[in-house]
Amino acid sequence: MSTEGTYYVPDQSKLPIFAATGMGVMAYGAASWVLEGGSSTIFLIGSLIMAAVLYKWWSIVIDENMRGLASPQLKHSYVLGMLWFIFSEVMFFACFFGALFYVRVLVNSWIGGEAAVGWFDDTPTDAAAANAQHLWPGYEAAWPPMITPDQAVNGDAAQFKGPDQNMSFPGWDRILHWLPLWNTLVLITSSVTVHIAHTALKDDNRKKFNTWLGITVALGIFFLFLQVEEYIEAYQHMGLTLESGIYGTTFFMLTGFHGMHVTLGTVMLLIQWIRGLKGHFTHDDQFGFEAASWYWHFVDVVWVGLFLFVYVLA
Amino acid sequence: MAHGPATLADGWGKYISRWVFTTNHKDIGTLYLWFSFAMFIMGGAFAMIIRAELFQPGMQLIKPEFFNQMTTMHGLVMVFGAIMPAFVGLANWLIPMMIGAPDMALPRMNNLSFWILPFAFAILTSTLFMEGGGPNFGWTFYAPLSTTYAPDTVNYFIFGVHIMGASSIMGSINIIATVMNMRAPGMTYMKMPLFVWTWVITAFLLVAVMPVLAGAVTMMLMDINFGTSFFDAAGGGDPVLFQHVFWFFGHPEVYIIILPAFGVVSQIIPTFSRKPLFGYSSMVYATAAIAFLSFVVWAHHMFTVGMPIAGELYFMYATMLIAVPTGVKVFNWITTMYRGSLTFETPMLFSIAFVILFTFGGFTGMMLSIAAADMQYHDTYFVVAHFHYVMVAGAVFSGTAAVYYWLPKWCGKMYDETMGKVQFWIAFIGFNITFMPQHFLGLAGMPRRYADYGLQFADWNMVSSIGAFMYGGAQILFLFNVIRTIGWGKPTDDPKVWEGAEGLEWTLPTPAPYHTFSTPPKVK
Amino acid sequence: MLKRAQALFLGLLSPAVALAMAGSVSAESTTRQLNMPQGVTEVSQAAYDIHMIMMWICTVIGIAVFGFMFYVMYAHRKSRGAVAANFHEHHVVELIWTIVPALILIVMAIPATSALLKVYDTENADIDIKVTGYQWKWQYEYIGEGVKFMSELRTSQDEIYGRTPKGEHYLREVTQPLVIPTGKKVRFLITGNDVIHSWWVPDFGVKRDAVPGLFTAAWAKTDVPGTYVGECTELCGIGHAFMPVVVEVKEEAEYNEWLAGKKEEAAIYASTIGKEWTFDELMVRGEEVYERSCAGCHQSDGNGIPGVFPALKDSPIALGAKEGHIAVLIDGVAGTSMQSFADQLSEVDIAAVVHYERNAWGNDVGDLTQPIDVLNYKQGQ
Ligand code: HEA
Ligand code: HEA
Ligand code: HEC
Ligand code: CUA
Ligand SMILES: [Cu+2]
Repeated sequence: MSTEGTYYVPDQSKLPIFAATGMGVMAYGAASWVLEGGSSTIFLIGSLIMAAVLYKWWSIVIDENMRGLASPQLKHSYVLGMLWFIFSEVMFFACFFGALFYVRVLVNSWIGGEAAVGWFDDTPTDAAAANAQHLWPGYEAAWPPMITPDQAVNGDAAQFKGPDQNMSFPGWDRILHWLPLWNTLVLITSSVTVHIAHTALKDDNRKKFNTWLGITVALGIFFLFLQVEEYIEAYQHMGLTLESGIYGTTFFMLTGFHGMHVTLGTVMLLIQWIRGLKGHFTHDDQFGFEAASWYWHFVDVVWVGLFLFVYVLA
Repeated sequence: MAHGPATLADGWGKYISRWVFTTNHKDIGTLYLWFSFAMFIMGGAFAMIIRAELFQPGMQLIKPEFFNQMTTMHGLVMVFGAIMPAFVGLANWLIPMMIGAPDMALPRMNNLSFWILPFAFAILTSTLFMEGGGPNFGWTFYAPLSTTYAPDTVNYFIFGVHIMGASSIMGSINIIATVMNMRAPGMTYMKMPLFVWTWVITAFLLVAVMPVLAGAVTMMLMDINFGTSFFDAAGGGDPVLFQHVFWFFGHPEVYIIILPAFGVVSQIIPTFSRKPLFGYSSMVYATAAIAFLSFVVWAHHMFTVGMPIAGELYFMYATMLIAVPTGVKVFNWITTMYRGSLTFETPMLFSIAFVILFTFGGFTGMMLSIAAADMQYHDTYFVVAHFHYVMVAGAVFSGTAAVYYWLPKWCGKMYDETMGKVQFWIAFIGFNITFMPQHFLGLAGMPRRYADYGLQFADWNMVSSIGAFMYGGAQILFLFNVIRTIGWGKPTDDPKVWEGAEGLEWTLPTPAPYHTFSTPPKVK
Repeated sequence: MLKRAQALFLGLLSPAVALAMAGSVSAESTTRQLNMPQGVTEVSQAAYDIHMIMMWICTVIGIAVFGFMFYVMYAHRKSRGAVAANFHEHHVVELIWTIVPALILIVMAIPATSALLKVYDTENADIDIKVTGYQWKWQYEYIGEGVKFMSELRTSQDEIYGRTPKGEHYLREVTQPLVIPTGKKVRFLITGNDVIHSWWVPDFGVKRDAVPGLFTAAWAKTDVPGTYVGECTELCGIGHAFMPVVVEVKEEAEYNEWLAGKKEEAAIYASTIGKEWTFDELMVRGEEVYERSCAGCHQSDGNGIPGVFPALKDSPIALGAKEGHIAVLIDGVAGTSMQSFADQLSEVDIAAVVHYERNAWGNDVGDLTQPIDVLNYKQGQ
């Protein structure tokens, strides 16, 4: 048997090939879906396969764990796997933050003709001056940009139009109506509650654990609710959409991907909560929960970055 | 499964399910290696079409539209389909055997990482048969050619890249977890074979930059289908943003390709010098230094986009610095040979050719890094020559060396030495005939990705094409030699195979049994 | 054994020999040119110089490194009875071969920096020229002079597809070259209209990407009259290999004459726009324009490339009302590679090509499309 050693090496498994098939079908389906006149059927089939496989896969892993097959060394493999996975997620967000900084700091001043030749000499470079003179006359560098370069030149005929309002700090008098602030508070609180749940689990206080984890999940859902509110307001009242030039682009891509990660994190925590109710964890065996809570903290930290660079510093 | 893996004797059903459902690192390694060879042949076939069309000025065989698709698919398939999986295959086979682990840390995920690839490449190549054709915007797929102006099939390309990236990330996490968690007692980090070291560092690079590639294609997807303006100045974005994101991934990517090759060569040269690797610890530090530097030099691919001069200077200096750690590696290899007792079996020949030709490619890389001169070199055949020296004579040669070197251990049979040497010389000469003239073409002014060219470039193009066919022939010989060995090679059961070989994998029986190190060995 | 070793050495040496050769062959021979051209501007000279410095430094390092390696391979062969030593570390040499390359890099960095400063010295230009890359041609505009024209490949499709012999200037000839004077500092402001192109004149040492929506700047100043040929060096689609750059450098007086001529041409053209053209005149001119500007996508036989470029043969637009057809050319089709040709083709050319498409390849509408129709459409907008 391949299990004769100290490290559990599972036997042949049908899971990977089904997962790969699911991913392949999803990818193919997604591509044919976004095409003009495409349909989502194939994509949905792929997602179903994938969901089924993941459910099965995690059940098996949990089951193996319950049967005592998972040695501390194997558990450490899972820990490493999760941590490096989170690192890859960090890099994914770094990519979009990088894009934001680049357009905000550099491109904006190039198009607006303000990019200077040197630190001590603020005459614009030849290229920047020419941009402002020949390509985008009338565009002034500003962040958040309320009109697009296109609009500065073509007015109403422009393909890209800036938003009517932006999401920046609205002033102290309206601070309580500023959703991002509430979002921040909710998410930070949830990070604290998940931590309380964690300490409770370490003390083997299961009831406290279940309560606080439940609260965390609720906060996660509340956050998502607020974000949906924010999007509705943006689309309906502020004229701020994905298509509102680079501001709308970066705003929705960053907050949108964050929102997707919150969703994923909430689902993970929810599963752990159900497992907790079933009595799955002990004070020294709680990897599933820990992984989900690390993920949650990561999502939280990303939000703080977002709050600073997307909302506050304008 | 106490009786070991299913073979054909157990019937097709069992045999196929062994490969499809396997969790064994050796099986998965084998799958990766064969897959990568299939992709190599496909990418090579695309290259042959390119070279055939460029044999003479004028359009003879194909239309420019198809030529662009061939160039793009050749680059993509070679980089993502041939070279990367080849080294992942080697990692799967060798890392557990080298560090005394029973298998990879996460065996089921290991199989998943592999099986995603056939799907990803099926999606990618299927676009060639769709209306609109395959990707035609170069393997670097610069926006807006790959967004606003791309055929609709670009969406398949995007999602194909997505799942391929997922595969790479999972594969790399597995390797990192294996190395960090599965070493046999006593196998400290600084005792690990260099191949293992180079792979951990490579895996780190992969986990760091694959998500960035995913970000790049996601931005494309949004610009194409959902009206965002990342890469459109009219909306306040910038087409050059794409290049920054792409090369933040792309430059580390080229070191992802070469670092495991360094590792392979660092195993082979000591064996045939019968002398330990010189400067082991400086090799480790140099690899880490290269990996670190690879994150901060990306814009040397963009010297002509009109960056501010401060940026140009910074990226020029940073790029030049890479010569230092790379030089350390080259000098260490040569000093390993110094006062050794050298023999020149096929793996050693390929490794020596690797050192020479890679260094040559490194020199042209240094020339490219000089921004003012790169204004002349950029996007000419000089660049094509540079990167084929480092990637073909680098990665492909070392991969070939690795197969010759470890094949006896894997299958318990010896390859035919004469045939190996013949293949080496055809490959070596063919390679140089193909790519040396491309330096001259580039300097004389022939841009890359050209379906057709002026009469002044005719001579060298013809020479280059002839060399390419010769080099392609050498690959057929290689395939033949490998199959012959597996089927009819001279059996051997010497655990060491090579007189000078050192390391845990050579303490195992030959051929290596299906399961090894179920109980970890003790390493002194 | 010795013979085999010799063969090995020679084989391995060949790249080094070839590299040295590349340096020694002069830049004059155009057919078998091996090296970078020295060119005719300060910038191209600087690029050439730093290129040669780098190449020689690398050659010397290469000879030293490979020379030592070959010696080792010769002297320490097992077949010669070499017995392996067992050392594997030596901190002093390791330190030396870290520091020495670093010093060499500093030596390289100094001329490299000064060369780059030259490239970027675009200020105080005498003449400003806006260069715009189109799929697949260049537009040149003399800023402030009111002179603007397209420069397209002149080589025929027949030559490219081998139906007629290739001319001497195959793929190196354009309809109208860019003209600049000697002795004047010319600043090129380079941008793109659709995708990224790259404007390269090797003899000027100028290669800059033509990024849509943003400018990049470059400059040239030369005293050597002549014709200089360059290329588009950024993949820009099907016609990437078919949009050469040709620049004529003329003595100042000649240049001024040329510029005056250009201005006059524009005036004359404006006065003849009302002329009535005959059916056959339009067909001849239309075919010319079509082959030059449209066949790249829609193909000479009007069949297009399915899925990418629609066929114009039997196309409802080509067979429908001529206003619709003119509209496609003047406005382009947003979001596709069918760009607006309003800026690229004259009214006469647009009329001719529309006429041609309506009456070629079996399309037989039979009516006439006159320049004035195009003008009317433009003014009616
Ligand atoms: C395996 C892949 C690989 C490797 C290892 C390298 C290695 C290097 N590359 Fe290369 N490169 C590519 C793959 C690779 N490259 C690819 C694929 C492209 C094109 C992408 C595209 O556009 O499609 C490219 C393009 C490319 C460019 C852009 C060219 C252009 O488009 O204009 C540049 C510019 O700086 C560059 C530089 C370098 C440098 C400085 C190194 C250095 O790492 C080399 C260091 C090595 C040495 C220098 C030799 C050994 C050292 C000594 C013996 C010490 C003493 C030496 C000195 C002091 C000089 N490369
Ligand atoms: C590691 C990656 C890798 C490898 C191994 C290769 C291998 C080869 N490459 Fe490639 N190449 C790239 C990576 C690679 N390349 C990249 C990234 C680009 C840039 C793409 C872009 O611009 O977007 C490129 C671009 C590129 C070009 C420039 C195209 C252009 O600019 O338009 C050319 C032209 O000669 C070329 C040639 C070759 C040849 C002849 C081989 C040979 O080594 C191939 C040899 C292999 C075989 C031939 C297959 C095995 C044998 C058979 C299939 C049997 C049939 C054989 C015969 C009929 C003879 N490559
Ligand atoms: C860069 C490639 C390209 C070039 C060059 C080009 N076209 Fe097109 N053309 C297109 C594409 C793509 C479309 C399809 C647009 C769409 O999706 O509706 C098109 C559509 C058309 C149509 C509408 C046909 C139909 O049935 O929808 C006409 C008419 C046309 N082009 C005429 C011309 C003429 C005349 C020229 C030359 C002066 C020309 N085109 C040059 C790419 C090109
Ligand atoms: Cu224009 Cu290439
Ligand atoms: Cu690079």
